[in-house]
Amino acid sequence: MVTERIDEILPGAVLDRHAFRGDQTIVVGRDRFLEVIDLVYREGFQLLLDVTAVDGGQRDPRFDVVYHLLNLASQERLRIKMRVGEGEAVPSLVSRFKSADWAERETMDMFGIPFEGHPDPRRLLMWEDFPGHPLRKDFPLDGGDVFCSQDIGASYSPDARSLNV
Amino acid sequence: MSKTMAPNPTAQASDGDRMIVNMGPSHPVTHGTLHIVLELEGEIIVKATPQIGYLHRGVEKLGENLTYQQFIPLTDRLNYCSSLMNNVGYTLAVEKLLGVQDPPRSRVLRVLCSELARIGDHLVCIGINAVDIGAYTAFLYMFKERETIYDLFEMMAGQRLHSSFTRIGGLFRDIPAEFEPLCGQFLESCERTIDEMEKLLTHNPIWADRTKGVGAITPENAINWGYTGPCLRAAGVAHDLRVAQPYLDYETYQFDIAVGTTGDVYDRYLVRTEEMRQSLRIVRQCLDRLKEIGPGPVIVDDYKVALPPKEKVYTRMESLIHHFKLIMHGIEMPVGEVYSATEAANGELGFYIVSDGTKSPYRIHVRPPCFPIFSSFDEQVKGRLIADAVSVLGAMNIIAGEMDR
Repeated sequence: MVTERIDEILPGAVLDRHAFRGDQTIVVGRDRFLEVIDLVYREGFQLLLDVTAVDGGQRDPRFDVVYHLLNLASQERLRIKMRVGEGEAVPSLVSRFKSADWAERETMDMFGIPFEGHPDPRRLLMWEDFPGHPLRKDFPLDGGDVFCSQDIGASYSPDARSLNV
Repeated sequence: MSKTMAPNPTAQASDGDRMIVNMGPSHPVTHGTLHIVLELEGEIIVKATPQIGYLHRGVEKLGENLTYQQFIPLTDRLNYCSSLMNNVGYTLAVEKLLGVQDPPRSRVLRVLCSELARIGDHLVCIGINAVDIGAYTAFLYMFKERETIYDLFEMMAGQRLHSSFTRIGGLFRDIPAEFEPLCGQFLESCERTIDEMEKLLTHNPIWADRTKGVGAITPENAINWGYTGPCLRAAGVAHDLRVAQPYLDYETYQFDIAVGTTGDVYDRYLVRTEEMRQSLRIVRQCLDRLKEIGPGPVIVDDYKVALPPKEKVYTRMESLIHHFKLIMHGIEMPVGEVYSATEAANGELGFYIVSDGTKSPYRIHVRPPCFPIFSSFDEQVKGRLIADAVSVLGAMNIIAGEMDR
């Protein structure tokens, strides 16, 4: 099990862990994140499938940045999570995994989490001057009034917070 | 133009020789709304900058505001060439979160429809790639088969393109009696069509010239770019989730993994061709199994998860309550997070669901297979001709719907 190896080689790097329905998750601190990635890469987790984030809303620190890795040799999967506050930068993994390039750009675009050292930190899905980050919990579901050139002061449906009211 | 190119020193150095060509957003070969900015020196591509997001519909944001059941039709719109596989992938993710398993008949039917969808997807991918390169006849032969696949989907789900066939805990309904004879016919005719397609393409010198050596990628590089599915297997990595991490009892079916050597467009074509043959083999086994299993339920008998049958709703109090609770309050989900992956037609389709126990997912994230594959586009076409960009783009099997979400 890779989580035990991490404990062995990097004691104290894993802040929290859980296993749910067979998925292994470890939570690491920002300062030791690159060490952990380095280790798991050497352990065989060389396919970075996905980078995304979860907005905790009012929670502090606000975001979980989530990495999904796969070990092609042993077919083991690992989820690495890192808790970051608003505006706090996350080290970019582009130099290690090319697949991190777009995935990090998307996470930056959708959540506004900056990735330190990213070679091309542009938005990916939204256009350059789009206001806000759509997947944050406080971003209105109907997108607000970004399409209106006049400031009408409200979104077209201010109470449209949920489709299932 | 000069304003956007200024920060790039190489662009400044040879600005006079360089031409910018926009491929897309709506161009016949972009297979959806994609925009690729090609910087050219003569006919040689110096740099390709893909720009996506034209089809961004905010599926993940919508999913956070819909119930688990209501999200199923949105998964159809991700990869509209094989929507049934997206349905299956998503419902498997929710079932993993819930810890339920669907009945045996439903599992066989899910494999059956997934494999039909895989054949349909590969037919479109190869057919359209051939059209882009200029081979029109093969495309017509193959689209006839795809029509039959859509007829089969219509029999199953009632809809051709956006099937929404699965439900959490099983399927919307069982297949009708007319399904099996038509499927048997299809198995025979599709085999013949693949033979015809191979006669038209595999040894065709023009096809070989346009595809051999184009977009070649090493296995290490393919893994580093996050490739999955036929593109990864064409590069020589025998990784198929149906074998490596079997779901839906795939380990009990007989089939082989197709593997290439060079990872170029020609190998991707060969891998997809072989995969279609293997899928036909699996479909055949599914039909045999359906006969063995015989009629039976196709959805779990748990009314906390699946709606009770209408006759019970109209006649029994508890069923009426269950129906009301499921429609109004959704399924009671455990708190937790899961990542569930299935082998979709163009690679690993993953759903990452975070549940806080309410009726809607707290966070739902789709891991589309073609997203990381397309991010390597620049590396694949750099230093090659514009015409090669067309073959590479087609062979990557880009679906804008799932890439942009």
